[in-house]
Amino acid sequence: MTETPQTAAPDERVKTRSRFREALIRPELGGICGTLLVFTFFLLTAFDSGMFNAQGTMNWTIVSAQFAIIAVGACLLMIAGEFDLSVGSMIGFAGMMIAIFSVTLGWPVWIAILVTFVLCIGIGALNGYIVVKTGLPSFIVTLAFLFILRGFTIFLPQTIERKTIIGGIRDVSDGDWLAALFGGKVFKGLFQWFGDIGLISTFERGTKAGQPVVDGIPMLVIWALALIFVGHFVLNRTRFGNWIFASGGNAQAARYVGVPVNRVKIAMFMFSAFCATVFAVCQVMEFGSAGADRGNLKEFEAIISVVIGGALLTGGYGSVLGAALGALIFGVVQQGLFFAGVESSLFRVFLGVILLLAVILNTYIRRMITGEK
Amino acid sequence: MSQPIIQMKNIEKHFGSVIALAGVSVDIHAGECHCLLGDNGAGKSTFIKTMSGVHKPTKGEILFEGKPLNFARPRDAIEAGIATVYQDLAMIPLMSVSRNFFMGNEPIKKFGPISMFDHEYANEVTMTEMRKMGINLRGPDQAVGTLSGGERQTVAIARAVHFGAKVLILDEPTSALGVRQTANVLSTIDKVRAQGIGVVFITHNVRHAMAVGDRFTVLNRGKTYGTAMKDEVSPEELQDMMAGGQELATLEGSLGGTV
Ligand SMILES: Nc1ncnc2c1ncn2[C@@H]1O[C@H](COP(=O)(O)OP(=O)(O)O)[C@@H](O)[C@H]1O
Ligand SMILES: [Mg+2]
Repeated sequence: MTETPQTAAPDERVKTRSRFREALIRPELGGICGTLLVFTFFLLTAFDSGMFNAQGTMNWTIVSAQFAIIAVGACLLMIAGEFDLSVGSMIGFAGMMIAIFSVTLGWPVWIAILVTFVLCIGIGALNGYIVVKTGLPSFIVTLAFLFILRGFTIFLPQTIERKTIIGGIRDVSDGDWLAALFGGKVFKGLFQWFGDIGLISTFERGTKAGQPVVDGIPMLVIWALALIFVGHFVLNRTRFGNWIFASGGNAQAARYVGVPVNRVKIAMFMFSAFCATVFAVCQVMEFGSAGADRGNLKEFEAIISVVIGGALLTGGYGSVLGAALGALIFGVVQQGLFFAGVESSLFRVFLGVILLLAVILNTYIRRMITGEK
Repeated sequence: MSQPIIQMKNIEKHFGSVIALAGVSVDIHAGECHCLLGDNGAGKSTFIKTMSGVHKPTKGEILFEGKPLNFARPRDAIEAGIATVYQDLAMIPLMSVSRNFFMGNEPIKKFGPISMFDHEYANEVTMTEMRKMGINLRGPDQAVGTLSGGERQTVAIARAVHFGAKVLILDEPTSALGVRQTANVLSTIDKVRAQGIGVVFITHNVRHAMAVGDRFTVLNRGKTYGTAMKDEVSPEELQDMMAGGQELATLEGSLGGTV
């Protein structure tokens, strides 16, 4: 790439950096170090607990995948310079709407899911529209929606069904093609074969005798991987990704060169709502019910994952892969402490320490990369 | 003289009850550096923002290559070939030089239905253009935040030139810079002018203006006394006009001619 003749003399003040250092200094470094640290810790303290056998691994993989789904949405939105505090309430709301549409109103589940997606993405667009039109901080606008959506999520089932949990979704979703896309499992044959050759253990008696203890990859995990891939690709490999960085880095400078900043931001609010809805549908299909308290505090877990992953809270800088590692750390710590038999209240202590370490390291790395003061 | 690229005729701009511009006329020709001088608050930024489509003039006419023109958005002005480099807002420090360079004009590479940001092309062009301007980057992915103020201005100027600007507007590109960086930016202006681009150079520093300017227009409290050619005016006269004549003469006397 550098065949062109050098017309400017090398600047003696631009320090040359080694390849190794270049490769190391990246936004995800904090997340990578955190992941290594966490895995080392649990391999040493909880190896015998079953955390790393097939079942244990699937356990923390699922929890991490849940975090990752909402973290990808929060990550792109944060890089575009905004927050969405309504993610948790949106999860509860979306799940409840699916239950009301399919169980109470008796709609086919696939229609219930599609309508819920449209509704929630519409609310995301409204969030974004209010933010860009009023210039209010998204923190405040989405905080309002945190309450509004949670209020409806409690009010609607109480008014319609006189309870706060609506069950029976499994019965109505049986055989539904779209429900399977969120609640099903894939690679079942492969896992059966793993069981047959003894790679993973099988049930020894009962109705499931002979079947592997882990019988496939839940669609939730596939969704997480797909969203991470798409998010990373869009951010780093497309024109739109450059607009996301620019909108969060400096909206005015971006506008001056013709970047449609408002559209970018609204689109990211819609994407965040989409991710929350994916989470909600997977959860509803797994539990077979919708509860008014679902998704509580998820917005903070998403934001924490993103920040552990190296994104800047004020926008313009971050990494989807980093956010995915943040989600992995979050999931492994939460489940690992359980396996290690640590008092569960210490989870918060552990998480706080990791958050602090990762953010300090990230800040240091970011300053090296961007020349920030 | 050839036909001007842009003619601004009796431009007025009112912000509510504030009259920021009270009838300003300026012509911009290809291959010349037109300096817009004036003290803080004189209306320089407001004036060029009417030229670049950020503000709509309250009154007055803008002719672009002889035709009347109304820019609704900055994008229209950019597409017509009017590029503006704003002093603080030219670049995004957190982003790499090449991402900044192509911001809003990202090169696209198609893979079937998927269009991707062509990083390879962007990186190559960025490195080449930067070398032409005398800046050696560590790499195209170096963040703009690691560049000096003068280098950032130069990147912004190179970007405008690369995307085919006919008119380049620079809003106080030198006011926050040190001596050496200022010299670099001034020599960049000279290179750009030599390529036949019309440069509008805003400054309140007469020495910077004199170093590269061909014609000079002084704004004072939203008004102008007209435009002077380089050989028609002395630095002292420009300085006087900027401050509104009288008051400065008195002030200068009391300071012993050091202003
Ligand atoms: N958007 C605006 N709204 C109200 N007043 C403005 C606005 N922009 C500029 N002004 C006023 O117009 C005058 C000229 O400002 P400006 O063009 O920025 O001056 P300069 O760039 O010469 O320092 C100032 O009095 C300023 O307060
Ligand atoms: Mg100004």
